[in-house]
Amino acid sequence: MRYEAPQTTPEAVALLAGTKGKVHILAGGTDLIVRMKGGFVEPDMVLDIKRIKAMHLIRKTKSGLSIGAAVTCGEMGVHKALKKAWPGVVESANLIGSDQIQGRCTITGNLCNASPAADSIPALIAADARALIAGPKGERLLDVGSLPTGPGKNALKKGELVVSIELPPRDARSADAYLRFTPRTEMDIAVVSAAVNLTIDRQGVITAARVALGAVAPTAIRVPAAEKALLGNKLDAATLAAVGEACSAACKPIDDKRGTVEYRTRVAGVLAKRAAQAAWMRAGGKP
Amino acid sequence: MSADTRYTGQEFKSVGTRPLRPDGIDKVTGRARFGADINLPGQLVGRILRSPHAHAAIRSIDTSKAEALPGVKAVITSADLPDLTDGNREMFDILDNCMARTHAYYDGHAVAAVAAVDAHTARQALKLIKVDYEVLPHVTDVDAAIAKGAPVLHKDCFTRGVEPKPRKASNIAYRSEFGHGDVDAGFAKADVIIERTFRTEQTHQGYIEPHACVASISPDGTGELWLCTQGHFVVRQHCAELLGLDVSKLRVTPTEIGGGFGGKTHVWAEPVALALSRKANRPVKLVMSRDEVFRASGPTSATSIDIRIGVTKKGRITAGDATLRYSSGPYLGMWAELGAMTSFACYDMKNVRTVGLEILVNRPKTTAYRAPSAPMAAFAVESMIDELAGRIGMDPLEMRILNAAKKGTRSSYGPVYGPIGIGPTLEAAREHPHMSAPLGKNQGRGMACGFWFNFGGQTCTDLNITPDGSVTLTVGTIDVGGARASLALVAAEELGIPYDQVRAVVGDTSSLGYNDMTDGSRGTFSSSMATIMSARNAITILRQRAARMWDIPVAKVIWEAGCAKAVGKKYDNLAPLTLAEIAAAAPKTGGPIAGHNELVADGAGVSFATHICDVEVDPETGRTQVVRYTVIQDAGKAVHPTYVEGQYQGGAAQGIGWALNEEYIYGEDGRLQNAGFLDYRIPVCSDLPMIDTQILEIPNPNHPYGIRGVGETSIVPPLAAIGNAVSNAFGVRMTHVPMSAPRILKALEEAARDASEVA
Amino acid sequence: MTQLVNTNINGDAVGFNCETDETLLDVLRNRVGLTGAKEGCGTGDCGACSVILDGTLVCACLVLGMEAEGRKVETVEGLSDGAELHPLQSKFIEHAALQCGICTPGFLMAAKALLKNNPDPTEEEIRYALAGNLCRCTGYDKIVRAVQATAAELRGG
Repeated sequence: MRYEAPQTTPEAVALLAGTKGKVHILAGGTDLIVRMKGGFVEPDMVLDIKRIKAMHLIRKTKSGLSIGAAVTCGEMGVHKALKKAWPGVVESANLIGSDQIQGRCTITGNLCNASPAADSIPALIAADARALIAGPKGERLLDVGSLPTGPGKNALKKGELVVSIELPPRDARSADAYLRFTPRTEMDIAVVSAAVNLTIDRQGVITAARVALGAVAPTAIRVPAAEKALLGNKLDAATLAAVGEACSAACKPIDDKRGTVEYRTRVAGVLAKRAAQAAWMRAGGKP
Repeated sequence: MSADTRYTGQEFKSVGTRPLRPDGIDKVTGRARFGADINLPGQLVGRILRSPHAHAAIRSIDTSKAEALPGVKAVITSADLPDLTDGNREMFDILDNCMARTHAYYDGHAVAAVAAVDAHTARQALKLIKVDYEVLPHVTDVDAAIAKGAPVLHKDCFTRGVEPKPRKASNIAYRSEFGHGDVDAGFAKADVIIERTFRTEQTHQGYIEPHACVASISPDGTGELWLCTQGHFVVRQHCAELLGLDVSKLRVTPTEIGGGFGGKTHVWAEPVALALSRKANRPVKLVMSRDEVFRASGPTSATSIDIRIGVTKKGRITAGDATLRYSSGPYLGMWAELGAMTSFACYDMKNVRTVGLEILVNRPKTTAYRAPSAPMAAFAVESMIDELAGRIGMDPLEMRILNAAKKGTRSSYGPVYGPIGIGPTLEAAREHPHMSAPLGKNQGRGMACGFWFNFGGQTCTDLNITPDGSVTLTVGTIDVGGARASLALVAAEELGIPYDQVRAVVGDTSSLGYNDMTDGSRGTFSSSMATIMSARNAITILRQRAARMWDIPVAKVIWEAGCAKAVGKKYDNLAPLTLAEIAAAAPKTGGPIAGHNELVADGAGVSFATHICDVEVDPETGRTQVVRYTVIQDAGKAVHPTYVEGQYQGGAAQGIGWALNEEYIYGEDGRLQNAGFLDYRIPVCSDLPMIDTQILEIPNPNHPYGIRGVGETSIVPPLAAIGNAVSNAFGVRMTHVPMSAPRILKALEEAARDASEVA
Repeated sequence: MTQLVNTNINGDAVGFNCETDETLLDVLRNRVGLTGAKEGCGTGDCGACSVILDGTLVCACLVLGMEAEGRKVETVEGLSDGAELHPLQSKFIEHAALQCGICTPGFLMAAKALLKNNPDPTEEEIRYALAGNLCRCTGYDKIVRAVQATAAELRGG
C-alpha cells in the first residue's frame, strides 16, 4: 500500500487522478482505518489530506462560512463564530464519537462515507450546505444532499475530492438544531435523528425552514411536508404536531440491529418536534 | 495438617484499613504487563480461521496453499489436536470448542490456525485455507431450539437427568430439579397467584482486555505459557491433557488480567497456540481481536423462564415454582442448574420447586459471568415479588422482610443457612435515605435482592520470611480486583507487622501446588484462609527459632505484635525479638523461615445484597437513565473496604448495562451482528450516576476473620431493580431484558392503549 | 511496504520503520516497545489506546504510524516526571480508580487532556469527557472522584 501526504490540493488531485487501483482519502481515519483493519477495504493507496494547510481552515467567505475538509469536529466545537451561526451543525459534528474521535473525525469524511446514520449529514442538509469539490476538471459545488448516493456510496468522480463544506450566509433570527436518539449517552450511532433549520420574523412567524432526517432511509432525507407545515406559522402545538406527523410519514426505515421500523418512524417525529423547538428558541422565538 | 478455620472475633489492626495497592504504580505508569504485553525472542504471530456459518459439517480443509506461503511456519487443524480425552465428555467438548472437528457449531467456531512471521503474512495465510462446508440448518434462540422441528445439534444428545432416558435426541442436554415441600398444596393456600414468562438476552462479560497468550513448546515436551487468565492451574491441567503433555512439564505464568468476570475461567485459544508452537518449533503469540472475543469466547446464557408464585393476603409466600431454560451454546453446561438453585434463595419458602433445562443452541459456548445464572433468575423472581406486593397492597420492602430467609432456614436449593445477610440488607435499605428521597418527573424507584453462593476450593500459599525480616506472600489465585492488597493485609494482621512489610505476588504453576481458579468470589475468601494458616505455621517456626536463640523452652515463647516474647517469671526480663532479628539469625538457627499451607477452603459464606435504584424514563422515546443507585451488601468482613466498594460498584454497573442495553443480536443467518463495542453497548461513564455503597459485616462463622466472598452478588439485583423502577414509574411490567428503549416505548404505548380502552 | 518515520515520543526523538498500513498503536507496542497503550477493540470504541498527538487526544489504533512523521506523541509512559508521579497517577491509586488496570493508561491520558482544557470540570463534564474510555470493573465512580480530586489539587497548587 502506498501512503501519500501531499502538501497542496493540486498535488492531491494529480495523485488521485493518476493512480490506478483502489485509492482512499484519509482525513480523520475514524472510518477508513477501522475498515482497513477489518479487511473490508484493501487500498492500493491512501492519500492523507492532513498535510494540506488550506484544508485545516474555518474561514469567512463572501457567501458564508467555509469548513476545510481536514478540520476536525473537535475544532468546529471550539470555533465561536461557527457555533454562533450554526449551532445545529456544530452539535451534530460534536455528537460523533468520543473526545478521542472528535480529535480526528471530520464532517467531510462523515459526508463522503455516506452512512445513512451519519450525524452531520441531516444537519448539513438542513443548513443547505454545499460541498466544494476539486477535480481534474477544476472545482464544482454540489448540494450536500446529493453527495451521498446510497449507504457507503458517494457522487465523487475519479480524481475528485471534497475540499471544504460551504455554509450559506446567515439571516437575522436564524438558527438550527440537531437531535438524535442513541441507547447510550455517548459513543453511539444514531438510531434515528432530525435536524431543523429555521428563520423567523420579528413576530415569530417562520419565514424559512429546512428539515432533514437521518437513519430512516438509505440516505439522509429532506422532509418538504414538515417544512411546509412550519412556513408561515408560529411554532404552536398544531404546527409542532404537523411537523411530527410529516416526519414520521416521510420515514422509510429498515429493521436492523440498531432499531425497528416502528420505533424509528415514531421517534423521528418526536425528535423533529424537539429539534424544531430548540431551533426556534435559538432563533429568538418565544415559547 | 488440620487447620482451625473458625471465626475468632478478634480485633483487627490491619484488616479493614485502606492502604495503597501494591500493583498501583505499575498500572498507572504503563509498566504492568498484561496478556498481550508479553513477547519472546523469535515469536511467531498466531491467527485463527473461524467458521462464518452457525452450523455446518466440515467436509474437508485444504491448507496446502497457506502452507506454501513464504513466512508461514505452521498451519493446524483439528488433526493437529488429536482427541486424547479418552471418553471424558467435558474435556472433549473443550477440545471441540477450541478447534472444530466434524462440525462448526457457531459463527466464530475455530476451524484452523496459522503461525507466521508477522501479522500480515498470517492474515494472508488464513485467506488461502479452503474449508469445504456443508451448511446445515441452525437454531440460535433458546425457545426455538426446543420447538418441534428444530435442528438438533447433536444426534447423541438424549436429555440427561430424566428417567427413563428419552428415546429421541433433542437440544435439551440436561434437566435438574431443586426444592422441597408440596408446591401444589402451597398454591392451594395462596390468596393471589401470579404466573409469568420472563426472557433475558445473552450478554458478554465485556472485559476490556482480549484473550492473549504466548506459547512455547520445546521438542523435549516441556512447555511454557504466559496468558491472562483467572486460573492458571486449570489452564495448565486442560492444556496438558489436550496436548498430551506431562502436567509438570507445562509451566503457566499468569500475567496481569485486564478483566475476566468469569470469561477467563476457560481455555479458548491457548491449546491452539501451544499446538502451533509445537508444530512450528517456535514461540507463538496469539491475541484475539475484539470481534473474536464476542464471537468465540464464552458469553452468558440467553434465558426463558416460566415462573409462578403464590402469596397470602398478608404477604407470606406459600409456594414458588419455576422452569428455567438457559442456553449453553453447543455444549452441555450447568447454567440452568445454577439458575434453578439461586432463584428463590433469598426467601424462606415452605414449598418450592425449580427445574433447570440446559438448552443447546448454535451460539458460542456459555461460560461463567459474575454470579453466573443468578441475575436472570432474580429478574424473574424479584419482578414477581414486587408485582405480588402491589397486588395485595403491601410495601414490597416489607413483603421481602416478611419472607426473608434467616439462620436456620432451609434454602430452596437444599442446605440450611447459617447467619446470613438478606434480612440485615433489607433492614438497612428501609433505613437508607435513598429509600425516602423525593422523585422527579418521569422517575421511578425500584428495589431488588440478590443471592450468590461463593465457592471455596483447593488453595495453597507460601509465606517466606526474607533475611531482612520483610515478608513475601506467594498466592495461587489470580488477583482480579485488588486481592494482593487484601492478602498482604491479612498476612500483616496475622504476623502483627505493618502492611508495607509484606509483598504479595501471584506465583506461576511451578512455584505452588494446585489452586482452583479465581471464580465464585473465592479468591480473597480462600487465599486469605490459606494465608492465615501459612502465617500461623510461620509463627510456630519463628517461636521455635526465638526459643533456640534464647535457649528456653518453646512453650515459653509467644508471638505478639510482630515479635517473639518470652513469658513466665523466669524469662519475662528478656527483650522481645523482632521478626527482623529472628530472620537475621536464621542461618544459625535452622535456615530459612517459611510457612506454607494447603487446604480445601470449606465453609464459604453465602452472600446477599439489596439494591435501590431510581430511573428516569423519557415517555416519548423510551430512553431510560439510571439517576441514583445504592448497593447494600454483606461482606462478612471487608478486608480492604475500598476494593469491596469497587466490587459492589462494578457489579452494579454491569447489571445496569445488562438491564438496559447489552445483548447479543443474531441475524436470520445465525451470524452475530454486533461483535464490537460500538453495537454491544456496555455503559460509558456518562451513562451512570455515582454508585453508593453500604457494606454490612455479618461474620462468616467458617472463616477466622469472618470473610465472605464479595465479588459477584452485586450483579444479581440490578435487572429486577431497574425493571421494578420502570414499573413503579409507569405501571408497566417489563418482562424482557434488556429493557431497551424500543421495548420500553412499546410497553408504554400498549399500557396507554389498554388504559384508553378501559376508559 | 516499510518506510522510515521520524517522530518524537514523550520528548525523545524516535525513528522507526513501519508498514504503511500499520497503526500507531501497533508501532508503539511492537516496534517502539511502549506497551502502556492497550488494544481493547482496535476500532476506536474503548479508548484503551488513548495517546496525545500534537496536543490532541486520539485513539492510537485509529492513526497510521506514517502519520506520526514530524509530530509529537505523548503516551502514559511519559506522564510521570522521572520517579515523580503525575497528580492524576497518584490520585488514581489513592482513590482506587483502577481494579484490573487495563483501561487505566487510556483514562489517564483522556483525563490529562480534559484537565488541560478545563481545569474545573463538573461531574457531568468529566463523565462526558471520559465517555470514550470504557471501564468494566469500577462502574466509573472512583475514576470520576479521582479526576475531581486531581482537578482540585491542580487548581490549589
